[in-house]
Amino acid sequence: MAIQTVSHEPTTVYIKPSKGLATLHLRDLWTYRELVFFMIWRDIKVRYKQTMLGAAWAIIQPVMTMLVFNFIFNGVAKVSSDGVPYPIFSYTALLPWGLFVAALNNASRSLTSNSNMVTKIYFPRLVLPVASVLSGLVDFAISFVILILLMFYYKVTPAWNVLWALPLFLLLAIVAALGVALWLSAINVQYRDVNYALPFLTQFWLFATPVAYSASVISPKWRLVYSLNPMAGVVNGFRWALLGSGSGPDAALWVSVGISLLVLVSGLFYFRGMEKTFADTI
Amino acid sequence: MTIAIRAEHLSKRYRIGAAQQKFQYGMLRDVLTDTFTAPVRWAKSMAHRSSNPQLPTEKNFIWALNDVSFDLEEGQVLGIVGRNGAGKSTLLKVLSRVTEPTVGTVSVRGRVGSLLEVGTGFHPELTGRENIFLNGAVLGMKRSEIERKFDEIVDFSEVGQFIDTPVKRYSSGMYLRLAFAVAAHLEPEILVVDEVLAVGDAEFQRKCLGKMGDVAQQGRTVLFVSHNMSAILRLTQEAIVLKKGQLIKRAPTQEAVDFYLSSGLAETGERLWGADDIPAMAAPFKPIALRVKDRSGKVVDTVRSTEPVTIEWEYQLDAPVTGLRVGMYLNTMRAEYVFTAFDTDDAKQFEQFGARQAGHYFSRCIIPADFFNEGRYSLGVNASSFAVRRYFMDDNALSFNVDITGAPGTQWPEARQGPVRPRLNWEIEKVE
Repeated sequence: MAIQTVSHEPTTVYIKPSKGLATLHLRDLWTYRELVFFMIWRDIKVRYKQTMLGAAWAIIQPVMTMLVFNFIFNGVAKVSSDGVPYPIFSYTALLPWGLFVAALNNASRSLTSNSNMVTKIYFPRLVLPVASVLSGLVDFAISFVILILLMFYYKVTPAWNVLWALPLFLLLAIVAALGVALWLSAINVQYRDVNYALPFLTQFWLFATPVAYSASVISPKWRLVYSLNPMAGVVNGFRWALLGSGSGPDAALWVSVGISLLVLVSGLFYFRGMEKTFADTI
Repeated sequence: MTIAIRAEHLSKRYRIGAAQQKFQYGMLRDVLTDTFTAPVRWAKSMAHRSSNPQLPTEKNFIWALNDVSFDLEEGQVLGIVGRNGAGKSTLLKVLSRVTEPTVGTVSVRGRVGSLLEVGTGFHPELTGRENIFLNGAVLGMKRSEIERKFDEIVDFSEVGQFIDTPVKRYSSGMYLRLAFAVAAHLEPEILVVDEVLAVGDAEFQRKCLGKMGDVAQQGRTVLFVSHNMSAILRLTQEAIVLKKGQLIKRAPTQEAVDFYLSSGLAETGERLWGADDIPAMAAPFKPIALRVKDRSGKVVDTVRSTEPVTIEWEYQLDAPVTGLRVGMYLNTMRAEYVFTAFDTDDAKQFEQFGARQAGHYFSRCIIPADFFNEGRYSLGVNASSFAVRRYFMDDNALSFNVDITGAPGTQWPEARQGPVRPRLNWEIEKVE
């Protein structure tokens, strides 16, 4: 084989015990951006392998949930949907919600299911949860196609502000998901209880989020407390941007944004702090 | 010369105790009781912690590495020897940044690659081609670098025609070759090799060693961990000996290996049976110990193939047994039988000892010199009365290493096929 001369000067790495508050070293993640890309690519490639329906699952899941919700909350319980046809009303919310839940499910297991990588080689561990959260965007994009069809069917035309508002609300959903995912994935390394608690957590969270119902049923004095749930801000934002329902960005949204950032930053520090013990405890 | 690795006072502490022994036998009863008492234990430990705020006591910890300091110059090949648990793997893990040291620092100049991590990040559903890219990225290669080396990797792996087949359809040999090909083309400044010789067939092992030699000749730094002393001797100029996490010797390889083999640091070469290890149905037969001894009668883990080896089984009979035969199976580590033999195989011996009184016994045999090939062998034991009853059996009671220094054919640095390596009297005749 060809002997290649090493053209660049090798860099020296200093390995020492980390003390005190962990530093975030986000540049590490940037250096390994190609690995993030490859892990996302792997997740997507593998996700629907050896299934009969393949990527259609990305559509079937939210559509079935929408139909069930439509039957129970619209047909039986007659929940208000702010004057928007209920199917599109709930489907609009199910998109970011599905992204959020899939992110939590995949990311919380990302370290434990790749334990052979974690115990054998060095790479910034953040790569794993970040890639699992981002890989959900593909399913999101696929199921978004159905939303567009629904909008044609119900003749809903979004205002122009959807162009800037939707990406921002999507970003907020990712920030919220990543923050929670970092906490869960790091805890899961030591306490696998996370695997068992997560289904309940997402179930309760669904009820605390205006997916099946409208946020307008929450009385105004509880609105700020209610928006401590960042997904409430995301779902209201999606509905406002796409369907023009609700009031648009207000103080409650900023509470959601603030909480999301707080969870993300604290999650990053917690993850970094625990990272050094991952290989030993996993 | 520039220093490639400088380790200073490197120490790594691990917590030991109940958590690691838990579920060793995986019995459902254990799991259930443990599960239901878990909250109680947790509450107790919390209560204990609040009343006694000190750190957990020293006995709950083990220092896997203890104040290890060394420098390694660029382009050197260093062997690391020590028995299991001496800290060899922990040292490599710290050097490759998988785990953090508890105390001390290391500076490492350049990229560290490892031949232990072959196939890490491989996904069975992906094709060979896809896995090359994925695995390359996991090992820290740039996409452009992988693209440039892609053809070379495929050639080296010899899986060319299956490159677009999911690797779950590969044979284990193909899988390993592909994984190794990626790791081998990482071209790190520092290469770490841990026991890679334990996997794969002889041909593959030869390739690994060849690759290691190439890497060393290209002037890169290599750290080589192995239980195989002849491989260490062949491939390294210098070696360090680790004992219970401490670096106790650094010397030219021959000296370090001699020190290691002669100081009794090597594995014990002895298997003891406690009362808990013997099933009730073995009675009246009670195994006590199985030992591998060298020519001088010392219990050793590594024997030399040029010297005779004594296998000794010590046992107790609590009642007289008729028709008893006590013996062993010799296996290679790949679970191929080499031979089976019993102490009463000889008809006269059987007449004399077929019916044995209660008492304390030793059954010994000597395996002659020039029998074993290099590598690790496993001993199984069996005590039975033919067609009547099997008292005791353990397929893998003890394993030991064979060092082939001085064995026939060792002037050629190659692995020899087959479990035995006899010294044959060759006659060479030239016909006019």
